[in-house]
Amino acid sequence: MTFRIVVLAKQVPDTRNVGKDAMKADGTVNRAALPAIFNPEDLNALEMALRMKDSIPGAEVVVVSMGPGRAAEIIREAMYRGADRGFLVTDRKFAGSDTLATSYALSLAVKKLEPFHVLIAGRQAIDGDTAQVGPQTAEKLGLPQITYAEELVSIDTQKVIIRRRLERGVETVKAPLPVCITVHGSAPSCRPRNAKLVMKYKHARTTTELQEETRDYTELRHERPWLQITEWSVEDLQAETDKLGLAGSPTKVKKIDNVVLQHKESKVLTAADNDIDWLMKKLISSHIIG
Amino acid sequence: MNNVFVYCEITEEGHVAEVSLELLSKGRKLAGELGVKLEAVAIGSGIEKVSQEVFPFGVDVLHLADDPRLSPYRTLPHASIIIGLFKEEQPEIVLFGATSIGRDLAPRVASALRCGLTADCTALEIGDHTEPKTGKTYKNLLYQIRPAFGGNIIATIINPDTRPQMATVREGVMKKEIHSANHKGKVKNLDVSKYVKESDFVVEIIERHIEPQKLNIKNAQIIVAGGYGVGTPENFKLLYELADVIGAQVGASRAAVDAGLAEHERQIGQTGVTVRPKLYIACGISGAVQHRAGMDQSAQIISINKDPNAPINQIADYVIIGDVAEVLPKMIKYYKQNSK
Repeated sequence: MTFRIVVLAKQVPDTRNVGKDAMKADGTVNRAALPAIFNPEDLNALEMALRMKDSIPGAEVVVVSMGPGRAAEIIREAMYRGADRGFLVTDRKFAGSDTLATSYALSLAVKKLEPFHVLIAGRQAIDGDTAQVGPQTAEKLGLPQITYAEELVSIDTQKVIIRRRLERGVETVKAPLPVCITVHGSAPSCRPRNAKLVMKYKHARTTTELQEETRDYTELRHERPWLQITEWSVEDLQAETDKLGLAGSPTKVKKIDNVVLQHKESKVLTAADNDIDWLMKKLISSHIIG
Repeated sequence: MNNVFVYCEITEEGHVAEVSLELLSKGRKLAGELGVKLEAVAIGSGIEKVSQEVFPFGVDVLHLADDPRLSPYRTLPHASIIIGLFKEEQPEIVLFGATSIGRDLAPRVASALRCGLTADCTALEIGDHTEPKTGKTYKNLLYQIRPAFGGNIIATIINPDTRPQMATVREGVMKKEIHSANHKGKVKNLDVSKYVKESDFVVEIIERHIEPQKLNIKNAQIIVAGGYGVGTPENFKLLYELADVIGAQVGASRAAVDAGLAEHERQIGQTGVTVRPKLYIACGISGAVQHRAGMDQSAQIISINKDPNAPINQIADYVIIGDVAEVLPKMIKYYKQNSK
């Protein structure tokens, strides 16, 4: 039986580089203006998965992403760095899913990959920072969870030993497999692309992407089956639609407020000596410092 | 209507965590507004004294799960107890601290109970809601308010149809307030074996290194905080020098922490600590809303920034347009000159 490591990865808008056009006039987020990137902690998770693969001969790394069609980009990116196969969970009916509905869909997708030994994901995605999808998917699959993994201490076909990062220290835990692991940003960063793998996977496409290509890939696909990124729809997952999307999400957004700063009368100073001297005197005389 | 519950985290030293006491204070207010009781859940080993710590915060019922196997914290046994208890008690609202423990536990519980959960709320209020499409109205929902999407928006989240309504909140966001020193509630000891099964203990802790909390920026009276704009580790040292001279603690924005200029425990903001010092000196911090969420209650704010249009300047009392590397040494110099 192949030792299988399933990585959950998300394509996210790069909220760390939010430009002026990130918000539309009506106060909603202009997703088109934000570059889409591989969620940073999911890259840490991919690295940990690849290290597991390195220490278990014959192991395979399978990437599962949920999102729109263009999220296939990060599956290819994962392949360039060492992932063997990829699946894209994509369907309009998933739109509007909160973490509970997302974890439901992901748990059905991961179930299709049973038997697997490790399910691994980043701790959280930078567009929501909730850190909920990992533990919720684990619960739905009935798996124990190890959150905030920082270092893979050891792994064999029966068990894994992981060091976790806590607020005030570290903890090393041992768990039998299968297990769900979420990886902290302090874990080793992901290895770069491998030139040979880029050559091998550069034509990897989903069926939807192939329909948009002018070149005929039929033969190439036949020769190289690893180029297939399989798409899974609601129907493929046999998901109950009332547990998906907005209908399946217990949390609803009541209101979105654009951030408008309250303007406060502030005194503007320069770096000139007399300005700083004045300020320090003022702070001392008003007993704020000193 | 059913009651408000708070998960009380137990510290390494066996006390109720600060964040849990803050949430009890908030929970007491919410329960008062709704006309329901405040209940607490504490899970650990040798924690019978916890009742004395929580009753002054207005807890009416304390559920205690006390068993040597329940400390240190492990996800599955704690989750099984909470899930089992909540299935019986059907809480209206549940609050967890947004700590390593709370953020590990709450999603697992929410998944099992199929209820909503909002992470890192910065405010919690009670309010009504009318569904725009159906016109159906809901009374007394929990408004879970949090910055989202890189801090460009503030979202109000509700759970109209599912219960409990669950939220996590960072330490320092809510104010800790004693309800009544003489308040006495009821203790309910839980039969742990009824909730946990042997397979909940499959994850084994083989080693732990927990450091005592060395930093206490949260309670600092003066904070000198640095952002990405500080630029270099050398410049960041100037912050420590100034802090040393004026008796302050050093904080940092997430951008500075991500850039490796400061340790994570110094991070101020939505995903760090929330502070309310009497003076906050922001050095090279542009002032993303997540950062401001963690410091905008400061009594006085000084912003040192090369950019006159940095968002933080709008909430600052004093804005010094200039380079941190030039301004900080001058502040040290003139403080020393004038304080003698």
